[in-house]
Amino acid sequence: MTDRLYEARYGRLEDLALLTGKGRYVDDIHLPGMLEVAFVRSPHGHALFHSINAAAALALPGVHAVYTHVDVAQTLTSDHIPPDQVVDSFPTTTWPYILPKDEVCFVGEAVAVVVADTRYIAEDAAPLVEVDYESLPVVSNCRKATDPESPTVHRHAADNIVSRFTTEYGDVEPAFVEAAHIFGFSLKQHRGGAHSIEGRGVVANYDADSHHLTIWTSTQSPHKSRDAAVELFDMDESRVRVIVPDVGGGFGGKNTVYPEEILTNMASRLLARPVKWIEDRREHFLASIQERDQEWDVEVAVDTEARVQGVRGTMYHDQGAYTLLGLHVPHNSSIAVPGPYHIPNYRIEVLVAETNKVGTIPVRGAGYPEGNFTIERVLDRIARELGMDRAEVRRRNLIPGDAIPYQMPMKTREGTPMIYESGDFLRCHEMALEAAGYTDFAQRQKEALTEGRYIGIGVANMVKVTGRGPFESATVRVGRSGRVVIYTSAMAMGQGTKTTLAQICAEQLAIAPDQITVVTVDTASSPIGIGAYGSRNTVNAGNSVHLAAGEVREKAIRVAAHVFGVDEQDIEITDGLARVKDDPANSLTFKEIAKALGAAKGLAIPKDMPIGFEATVNFRPPDVTYCNASHVVEVEVSAETGGVEILRYVVVNDSGVLINPTLVEGQLQGGIAHGIGNALYEWMGYDENSQPVITNFAEYLLPSSTTVPNFEIIHVETPSTLNPLGVKGAGEAGVIPVAGAVVSAVENALGPFGVWIDQAPIAPVRIIELIEESKASR
Amino acid sequence: MTDTRNIAVTVNGARHDVEVETRLTLADCLRHQIGLTGTHVGCEHGVCGACTVLVDGQAVRSCLMLAVQADGAVVATVEGMADENGQLHPLQQAFHDNHGLQCGFCTPGILMTLLEFLQHNPSPTETEVREALSGNLCRCTGYQGIVSAALDAAGRLRQERNQIDGTNRS
Amino acid sequence: MKPPPFHYHDPRSLDDALGLLVDKENTKLLAGGQSLMPMLNMRFVFPDDVIDLNRITELASIGEDDGRIRIGAMTRQSSLERSELIRNQCPIIIEALRQVGHLQTRNRGTIGGSLCHLDPSAELPTVAQGLDATIHVQNKRGTRTLTMADFPAFFMTPAIEPDEIVTAIEFEPWPQGHGFAFVEFARRHGDFAIVGVATLLELSADGTVSRASITLGGVGPAPIRCSAAEGIVTGSTGSDAAISEAAETCREIDALDDVHASAAYRRHLAVTLTCRALRKAYDRASGETAV
Repeated sequence: MTDRLYEARYGRLEDLALLTGKGRYVDDIHLPGMLEVAFVRSPHGHALFHSINAAAALALPGVHAVYTHVDVAQTLTSDHIPPDQVVDSFPTTTWPYILPKDEVCFVGEAVAVVVADTRYIAEDAAPLVEVDYESLPVVSNCRKATDPESPTVHRHAADNIVSRFTTEYGDVEPAFVEAAHIFGFSLKQHRGGAHSIEGRGVVANYDADSHHLTIWTSTQSPHKSRDAAVELFDMDESRVRVIVPDVGGGFGGKNTVYPEEILTNMASRLLARPVKWIEDRREHFLASIQERDQEWDVEVAVDTEARVQGVRGTMYHDQGAYTLLGLHVPHNSSIAVPGPYHIPNYRIEVLVAETNKVGTIPVRGAGYPEGNFTIERVLDRIARELGMDRAEVRRRNLIPGDAIPYQMPMKTREGTPMIYESGDFLRCHEMALEAAGYTDFAQRQKEALTEGRYIGIGVANMVKVTGRGPFESATVRVGRSGRVVIYTSAMAMGQGTKTTLAQICAEQLAIAPDQITVVTVDTASSPIGIGAYGSRNTVNAGNSVHLAAGEVREKAIRVAAHVFGVDEQDIEITDGLARVKDDPANSLTFKEIAKALGAAKGLAIPKDMPIGFEATVNFRPPDVTYCNASHVVEVEVSAETGGVEILRYVVVNDSGVLINPTLVEGQLQGGIAHGIGNALYEWMGYDENSQPVITNFAEYLLPSSTTVPNFEIIHVETPSTLNPLGVKGAGEAGVIPVAGAVVSAVENALGPFGVWIDQAPIAPVRIIELIEESKASR
Repeated sequence: MTDTRNIAVTVNGARHDVEVETRLTLADCLRHQIGLTGTHVGCEHGVCGACTVLVDGQAVRSCLMLAVQADGAVVATVEGMADENGQLHPLQQAFHDNHGLQCGFCTPGILMTLLEFLQHNPSPTETEVREALSGNLCRCTGYQGIVSAALDAAGRLRQERNQIDGTNRS
Repeated sequence: MKPPPFHYHDPRSLDDALGLLVDKENTKLLAGGQSLMPMLNMRFVFPDDVIDLNRITELASIGEDDGRIRIGAMTRQSSLERSELIRNQCPIIIEALRQVGHLQTRNRGTIGGSLCHLDPSAELPTVAQGLDATIHVQNKRGTRTLTMADFPAFFMTPAIEPDEIVTAIEFEPWPQGHGFAFVEFARRHGDFAIVGVATLLELSADGTVSRASITLGGVGPAPIRCSAAEGIVTGSTGSDAAISEAAETCREIDALDDVHASAAYRRHLAVTLTCRALRKAYDRASGETAV
């Protein structure tokens, strides 16, 4: 077995089951006696209610129970979702209710849960539950929400500002006083929802005899699900088990504990029967987290050479009615603005405002796309005002390669230094421009214009925090069967986690990856873990596997050396054997070693050797890693319809060492497609009553196969210095700079009209409006 | 008010006699009553295509059909694509070889769409493939691997057909 | 999103279906299901009875009779797409169908279903209007016809009685070699058109337009025949100037306004797409482009 398993485009271990319809997603789970759940959801953006009458619903044959806040208060230790990460300091009005007591704060907020024989019957019953709503004033815009005269999202709150903070470094005021030029503008950004094709879902099974609660949930953070259940049901970890089935995508939408999950668990607990809830698409539109809106007012100070001296401004962030998972998105957006650029002085004041909409937590990119869009618009504005080439402006402002490792003047949200430890942003930028034929583009653009065609090119650069710790666990264990099994807290939702981890392990143990079984989260086998988000799986779990497999390898060598009476350096591991180099007939299989380390009679093991052919490692990244990328996109814009076609998309991406380049490319392609959605298509609209006006896939436009091109991806692999594998992350890398690049390209295409685009997404109707406005002003 | 009916539907060559509520969708019947969970439900309003199956050889959205409408019909789902020895259909193999899936949730629907499409259009261009796929949404892949897989599969199927034709001729 | 309960009927003959409609209020006819099933799944409608027309084989047919083309209401869109008769005689239907939904939609969707649903953005009602189609309607008491122009009563509601079923659409095909084009603008392939234009042109031997049909979809609640544009283009030789002038008349039309597109944008698209459609149709008629 000599094939290298890193940098190897190994075929996915996950595929066979999924391709043959043998995947097991949460809705595929059927348990005897299982009941199904539907929710009674508020039709109002903000309302009081005094009573819930479930009599008619309960009278329907097949309905087993209707639960409200009363039942929650009686059964659980709290009527709120336990807070997660730094929200303890926020008012409790920001914590989601499991079921609200008397006030609903967004359309779709669940006020009651119906449990019935089938989902069909539960949906028949839900409208029969009478809730006497009394409308309250509604807040639908995050900027207006900060107005002292604004009604409040929660009736007892003093105002709508969850948090007000400033991200800053250097000294911004003198930079503006001394600037050669100052440019200012506003931006409206919108990122919509997660929309994995599989929605959320839970099957809960409370066994009344053993008092065990088993939860299958389509989630990105199973340990949080377990911990929430432990806390709310006052049980201990020996009695609560969370098993994650196959997950049909997450993208952030499944990265928190929702009321629906707790209520499904509760229903099972109270009825002592398995209970299932499967989110339908309308529920995902209404009640799954989103990122939605940010409004930016920003100014930049530049010197005579187009070098940025300072950036300052204000950002209004739409947090929705509840804060389920801290304020990562607005924090990240404000930190992300400088990105790979040298911004010597910086201050953004952020107002995190509540609105009567579903809560905001990270969707793929976690606020970085918004920060990136802002700086890319700033640089484009500089180029426009100074009559300079946009790539040149970027060239002058990118942190040069010889400055890396580069300590950002800014700190992370945990208060630790931000250090770009490796990478060469300028080089990636140049490579991308070269690959895209940027220097020839002006000529091609001119020729197209003579044919009446408007083509444009845009470039954007990004840096993204990846590999955030504290850890993901890995146990590499060989049992009596001789089979290598990895038990890991890493979460899989399509990234090919099992294949990647198997490759890493296989490299150490000199066997083929398909000889390895990877067990992802079952809290019984992986009791501690964090979750799949923030492009962190390979850095955390990958290195844990690498180190654990290395320890297992060492054990094999020690046992074999002991058994055959040779030095350890005379033992090699190859083809699933530990054998003497000069005397290969003397070999032990992994099966034999497992038996030995399990203390079988007849095989002696050194007294100082621990029992078990296994090792557990929780690798702790010393710091976050940073991946970076440069994107160049060519578009054609119809000045007649406003339609945008993406002609060509070139990416230079540095995610460090790539264990499996094919899987990384898949992540990048998916991320870029999502970014194209954010640039041109995805809009989760609400009216002034905070009523969602977009509630289905015919109106919410996910990118489809005809809206995206093939992506030309060039890998640069600058190993990370922060972990043994040298890996960085890639999961979100594709999405971050897309809106900036695409909008820049659209604007460039419409150069003859001189339009300036201050929003993302940009739709054809708006493009035509901008063209008309510019014609009118001439 | 719920009506029920007894229906007989042949799925992947096997006949199933089931009693269904008349409002039960074909997707739910396949998944929960017949127990073939390979077909997935993503939107229940006819856009995402995850529920696509073949009914009498035609790709349809099973969330938009009632089970009773499939009474007497021949249905094909993803579970029937591999042969009786477990050998993957060239489409399935091509998806594996071209990284045409990530989370796998949209995949069965896409496979069924392509099954019909490639029957009618055995030598498609990339544009034609992308158009044929436009009724199936994927959030993971960005479609590139899927398109490569489809074109690769088309080639393999043509080759298979040529071999069979060659065998028949000789 | 599961359908509410209803009584289900699947008659095997048109007569049986009509009989079912006699004494029932609050029924829905289930044709291809591509519009009704989403509405049922989303519980936007609560029919007491659903009458499934899919087993009435006599309602699916494509034929020619006495120089007119007759298409049974339950004819699948995919059958129309593959029909040689339609391709030869009425290629605008094929061009429109290529933009209707997706492969899966067209395998079940029917022409009658699309016409009766009357979604303002739907392609087939627009084409039917452009063809001056006649709609055949039947109830237990007898049959009648209406012109496509009279067919829409109001928004998404055809002018038919609760006990009537649309059985066929019928029209006279334009002469061989006529110019045609169906052009639309949609956000993604297969989406409903924001605006669609169906154009048919007949040319005299000298290249002047002797007859023109221009219909807009997606602009108003029902397809709109642009008689002013037709008047301008008729008698012209299809010059850019004439086409432009004709298309400009679309700017005067009262257009729908919603979250997806403003009235101004719809009018703008109407002008642009009418230009494109007329150019395409004329070039096809004059042999400038292959079909």
